Amino acid sequence: MFKKAFSVVVLIALLSITFTSNFAAAPHKAQAQSVSELTIWWAEWDPANYLQQIGNEYEQETGIKVTVVQEPWATYYNKVGAEWAVQGDSFDMVVGDSQWVGQAVEAGHYVDLTDFLNSNSITETVTPATLQYYGEYPTGSGTYYAYPTEGDANGWAYRKDLFEDPDNMAAFEAQYGYPLAIPETWEQLRDIAEFFTRPDDGLYGAGIYTQVDYDAITMGFENVMFSYGADWKDADNNVLGVVNSPENVAALELYGELYQFAPPGTDNAFFAEMNNVFINGQAAMIMNYFAFFPALDNPEINPYRDSTGYFPMPAGPNGDRYAALGGQGISVNSYISDERKQASLDFIKWFATPDVQARWAAAGGYTCNINVLQSDAFLTQTPYNAAFAETMTFVKDFWNIPQFGLLLEPAQRYLHAYVVGGEGTAQEALDGMAFEMDDILIKEGIISE
Amino acid sequence: MSSYNQPARRRHIGDKRLIQMFVIPTVLLLILMNVFPLIYSLYLSFTEYSAINPTAPKWVGLDNYRQVLSDNLYWHNFAVTGRYALISVSLQMIVGFSLAMLLKEKFKGSGILTTLILIPMMLSPAVVGAFWKNIFNPSFGIFDQMLGYSDPNTAPEWLGNPNLALWAVVIVDVWMWSPFVMLLSLAGLSAIPDYLYEAAAIDRASAWFQFRRITLPQVMPLLLIAVLFRTIEAFKQFDLVMGLTGGGPALLEGRQAVNVTETVSVRLFRLAMPPQAQTGLSSAMAYVVLVIIIAISNLYIRSLNKIREG
Repeated sequence: MFKKAFSVVVLIALLSITFTSNFAAAPHKAQAQSVSELTIWWAEWDPANYLQQIGNEYEQETGIKVTVVQEPWATYYNKVGAEWAVQGDSFDMVVGDSQWVGQAVEAGHYVDLTDFLNSNSITETVTPATLQYYGEYPTGSGTYYAYPTEGDANGWAYRKDLFEDPDNMAAFEAQYGYPLAIPETWEQLRDIAEFFTRPDDGLYGAGIYTQVDYDAITMGFENVMFSYGADWKDADNNVLGVVNSPENVAALELYGELYQFAPPGTDNAFFAEMNNVFINGQAAMIMNYFAFFPALDNPEINPYRDSTGYFPMPAGPNGDRYAALGGQGISVNSYISDERKQASLDFIKWFATPDVQARWAAAGGYTCNINVLQSDAFLTQTPYNAAFAETMTFVKDFWNIPQFGLLLEPAQRYLHAYVVGGEGTAQEALDGMAFEMDDILIKEGIISE
Repeated sequence: MSSYNQPARRRHIGDKRLIQMFVIPTVLLLILMNVFPLIYSLYLSFTEYSAINPTAPKWVGLDNYRQVLSDNLYWHNFAVTGRYALISVSLQMIVGFSLAMLLKEKFKGSGILTTLILIPMMLSPAVVGAFWKNIFNPSFGIFDQMLGYSDPNTAPEWLGNPNLALWAVVIVDVWMWSPFVMLLSLAGLSAIPDYLYEAAAIDRASAWFQFRRITLPQVMPLLLIAVLFRTIEAFKQFDLVMGLTGGGPALLEGRQAVNVTETVSVRLFRLAMPPQAQTGLSSAMAYVVLVIIIAISNLYIRSLNKIREG
């Protein structure tokens, strides 16, 4: 008798453990109760705090509480991926990376926002490049899955005191035949980096991205490659002859040269290392995402704050200018109830209004709203906003198809081998990268053999 | 009367049932948390499947295993892990055992010294990775300065040089885990009966003879356990590598770029987690690693048994 009763108890316990997670969401979906709170997932950084401020304003206006849940960058993608895997409803909206869009759309994780954005004329309020890279999938389809939220791209910070020093100016002009100023071309940037590389003084020309873990060295290199007229693919997604094109080889050679002028120890460097070598006086110039420049504008962090200037990416040999895209768009989780989807859309509609976008920018967020970006208030708000606004007109991104992670891996490996390891030639590195990418694209059915 | 009745009722639960009450929940939990994932991941290893994609797993037979076992990059990861495990565990044995020999005789402050030596193994590998990254920095890290390099331009870039990076990871791992070997060795050394040494001294046996014929054989079972634990851990090495090098730097092997510190666990992580999220392929790789670890463990355990049997 006891054995039977015990077995029944165990069975009930087992079933309840197994199905609790599924049933827990059921009332959520079935009941038509009003939404009193919304949850947004984002990475742990200052812009997420700014979004929380904006969310608090939304609560004051509507009574709907907005909570921005932050996860460290290193594990953010994994956490969102785990939630996607269980088709969970832990968040209503997610501020996702531009490269995630294809993966999330193909798997059905994001709600199609096309009609919503078009019918509310929101598409016309943001810069075309941000709408394309943060929200559109497939590229050129006019179908959108995210509202451009935090615009971001690579720019440069530099030491004005070094650039404006009369001795440096005279010496530079004597050595290179043109005045020392903010570089207009990558060749000029290379010259300036070389000029300021003075190991005996502990000073180096340029800090550049080299991190091999995820996408940093690829993003850093993209700034040069796109400006040199190179690309990752042609219109038919072919990579052979494109990834290893002469333009790309020239761009990689220049990026490799720049590493020769980088501070020692920046062999696996990303945003934190860039700011560090600038703050400790090791670098005359650093590349970084604009989102990480606020730290340099803080006198308690950056002793060179008053002499820190910012400029957008220089041009390639043919005058093309591109900056590697960072930033994220906000998307609605497709696994929440219709009621919560509507509440999320209501929030995005409110968030996209010019007034709120102006407040978002004033709080420190990098708006993608055209009018706010062009306003004097925004351009003069910080020393880097003008460079940011200019940059957001010429951004470009890596692949955003679901297989982008597979393509990113060889890109990181070959770039790091050439730039940091000094292995082989730029042509050999790009040949190897192109062949591996070609194999992946054939295997994944993106192109045919 | 009631106070007598209650214990009488309790007696109806026999020992056998009591054991079942305690054991069954544990077994069920084990089945849910360990056995089911193990079997399910075995099934997934024969499928093309991504956990972040709602598409059902597609049976591909042995394709994933074929890919893992035929791709140069995966063999490179296994080679890196094997090289790392061999060098790191060997050095840990030498350093750990040497420390134990130095500390086996009690002296003033030996307790505090032993405790201090044990500190590294109590730290989180992620934290250790973060601060050793700074220690190795040629600009301001103390490691190169300790080696006599005062100029950061000529100092070796331990984490950026493809020829040094694996050694850098080994150095940190040895620093962190030699105390563990020392601890086990100390336990073994303290268990050796004094009369063995006394008898050897009467026979005028040399110190080397005593070490070779008494100390080493007596400590060997514990040393083998240390080797077993450390080898298994070395094969799972992930957090230190991610904290120090992220798997890089890369170099060209033939015409292919390879990451010189990318261990199988790092590779596995990259395969399994977004953006790649290749659940099927990563499950197959995980099973290959599992088989290797079981095989190595079996070899060690057989050696251990042989030593025990004398």
